Amino acid sequence: MSIDVKMAWRNIWRNPRRTILTICAIAFSSLLLVFMLSFQFGSYETMINTSVKIQSGHLQVQAEDYQDKKTIRLVVPNPAAVGKILEKIPHVQAYTFRGQAFSLVSSKDRTYGAVVTGIDPIREIQVSRLKKLIRQGSFLAESDSDQALVGKLLARNLRLELGDELTLLGQGRDGSIAATVVTVKGIYSSGIDEFDRSAIQIPLKTFQNVYTMDDAVHEVVIIGKSLSDIAEIKHSIELNLSTLDPQKPLKTLDWEELMPGLRQGIEMDLVSGMIFYFLLILVVAFSILNTFLMAIFERTREFGVLMAIGTAPARLTKVLLIESMTMTMIGIFAGILMGSMITLYFQTHGIDFSGASELLSQFGISGRMHPKLSVLSAVSGPLAVFMITFFAALYPALKVRRMRPVEAMRAV
Amino acid sequence: MYLQFAWRNIWRNTRRTTVILVAVIIGIWSMILLGALMRGIAEGMIKNGISTLTGHLQIHHKGYRSDPAIEHSITDPQVVEHALNKVLPSGALWASRVRVNAVASNARHSSGVTMVGIEPSSEANVSFIGAAVYQGRYLTQQDQNGILVGEALLDKFETKIGRKLVLMSQDTKGEIASRAFRILGVFRAEMEATEKQFVFVTRKASQIMLQLDTGISEVSVMLPGKPDNPNAISELKAALPQDQFEVHSWRELLPFQTAYLRILDGFIWIWYLVVFVAMGFGIVNTTLMAVFERIREFGLLKALGMKPWWILREVLTESFLLLVTGMIIGNILAFLSIYILSRIGIDLSAFAAGAEYAGMSRIIYPAIEVKDIIMANGVVMLLGLLVSAYPATKAARFIPVKALAHT
Repeated sequence: MSIDVKMAWRNIWRNPRRTILTICAIAFSSLLLVFMLSFQFGSYETMINTSVKIQSGHLQVQAEDYQDKKTIRLVVPNPAAVGKILEKIPHVQAYTFRGQAFSLVSSKDRTYGAVVTGIDPIREIQVSRLKKLIRQGSFLAESDSDQALVGKLLARNLRLELGDELTLLGQGRDGSIAATVVTVKGIYSSGIDEFDRSAIQIPLKTFQNVYTMDDAVHEVVIIGKSLSDIAEIKHSIELNLSTLDPQKPLKTLDWEELMPGLRQGIEMDLVSGMIFYFLLILVVAFSILNTFLMAIFERTREFGVLMAIGTAPARLTKVLLIESMTMTMIGIFAGILMGSMITLYFQTHGIDFSGASELLSQFGISGRMHPKLSVLSAVSGPLAVFMITFFAALYPALKVRRMRPVEAMRAV
Repeated sequence: MYLQFAWRNIWRNTRRTTVILVAVIIGIWSMILLGALMRGIAEGMIKNGISTLTGHLQIHHKGYRSDPAIEHSITDPQVVEHALNKVLPSGALWASRVRVNAVASNARHSSGVTMVGIEPSSEANVSFIGAAVYQGRYLTQQDQNGILVGEALLDKFETKIGRKLVLMSQDTKGEIASRAFRILGVFRAEMEATEKQFVFVTRKASQIMLQLDTGISEVSVMLPGKPDNPNAISELKAALPQDQFEVHSWRELLPFQTAYLRILDGFIWIWYLVVFVAMGFGIVNTTLMAVFERIREFGLLKALGMKPWWILREVLTESFLLLVTGMIIGNILAFLSIYILSRIGIDLSAFAAGAEYAGMSRIIYPAIEVKDIIMANGVVMLLGLLVSAYPATKAARFIPVKALAHT
């Protein structure tokens, strides 16, 4: 160990009380940042995964413009060919086909408008959580034809019970009138009111018959193995699609394009989080700057003596920086360690937010939230603390250089 | 005397004092500013919710809230009108509406909407629609076939002013009633969802279409002064037959916003504590050092016969003065920044869809609430003194002889 490091280390522990308080301040802010960032990331992942697993999927292949217009005529004409492409892409976990048409839905004494979705009962299970959300009755089976799943709020509005009949009336792909009668087989509740109020699921085969779709569908819904694979999957789908049918271009959309509100909501939350962290780090920085400055004022005489016996100012600065950075590093590591431990605890046990469940269910979050520790969430906050303390330490360390030995030695 | 003593002591070391002051000022400033921003978001959300066809309170036929169907209409609105005239304070405004789910369609598109039948003149006083039409014109009593649609709906339907739009809904007999309307005006709303959801026709037109006669779905009331008025609600409840009507405040009508308000106080508290802890370490450390630096001085004072309690009081008084000075400046700065921000607003248009997803308005104006200010200052003062007590007791416990010998 060089003499400078040894000196710095001994200097730190000359006033253990001050050192410990400073380290505590740094550790506290690092800990808080690790936990808060993990918490934010965790809730985003929950939000994305719930919305993705209920509604959009990670990716969809649609006809161009379908996303904006939702017109029944804009179809994916040959879903089997798209399926073949998807089979070959390694990161694709599962995919399914859906058809969608806005229709008038009537029960015995009520009529509402709703989106009728044709789903493939077998494939849908691998892509969406719909089956797990069934509260009454059961999910569609492969052999079902005139059966339907209805959202809880829509069922209440229509005064529907299991086994009741439901008339669907809409427009087919060729412009003809599409009408059929289905029986309610299951009632589900996703917690997202808008979805539960406006959706009906029927088997895809029935949907294609009723709405004269032939073999066409509107959406090919894809789930990737993990969120981070999405960009890659999207790229390889796009490459393969272009070879398919150049006359009717198909488009690949990822979840950010499918649910722009969700993405922007996350961005906005990140920005407001940044403001929060910025203010916090600012307060911490002043707290630390304070301590560093004071420590130096107190030791004015010491520096005077050191300079008088021939210590170069640069060396003083170096020792001071080693001192403050050692304290910072100890604090940051303690903070990361404790923060990670606390985060991991809540990651497995969850934090109870049942008091706000009404609010959170609209974002697809159930009463418990799980923070998610990642390298990014564990390191980025403390890194910001490190940088700001470095600058806080720089000022007093440079200030020392301007001291004059004689005056400094006289200082009280 | 000793206030003066303390004040002079503080300024003996200007540098140190300034550094602590800056920490306190930034702490207080950030507490109040962030609190005001969060309040502002909540206020915007509530204002928006109230003006989007909610009002401060609403009267419905019994059962309408849980099942908003046409058979739960108010068949004799005179009873309600009468009660409103009798009970409500002067200056209260109200509007009665027909509100049913319907399907809107034109040649190319169809979609589910909420058809709202309004009394054009009274509605303008109560909800956003009176001032929201930006193209075409607002409805008048005589417009039997006119309809107002939102900008987003207009785009989705690829249509424009003067074109036809057909509404279909269930009438009182349980039959499907449909009627063609002509688009008279286009409105803009804070949320795109509102533009997509609501279409407005005159009350008369909707009553004819649905065979409602003079029936209505709801009465929405705006009270003068504060939105919360439990008296008005209980008096209205008493004045109306219990078995026929239900009265709800906006808090019940907007569960999402109410839930947000409920957790907001908790958030603000947590923020205050977090800032304080970060700031607290600085305060303890600096005060502690200041005390040790003056170890000889305290020793001398004690040797001259000052009681430990006096020294404790002396150090606490110094902290108190520092905190007060920091708080005054911090508050002034916070008010200044809030004032500036509330003039220009914080524009979230870049995140419009995100703001909408979170139910927030596009422009946020910070809002000051007295209890937040009191709480922020209270937290800093109370905890500030509490943490200074540690160095103060240290100072009080110095042993005179040792302290005097200290260099």
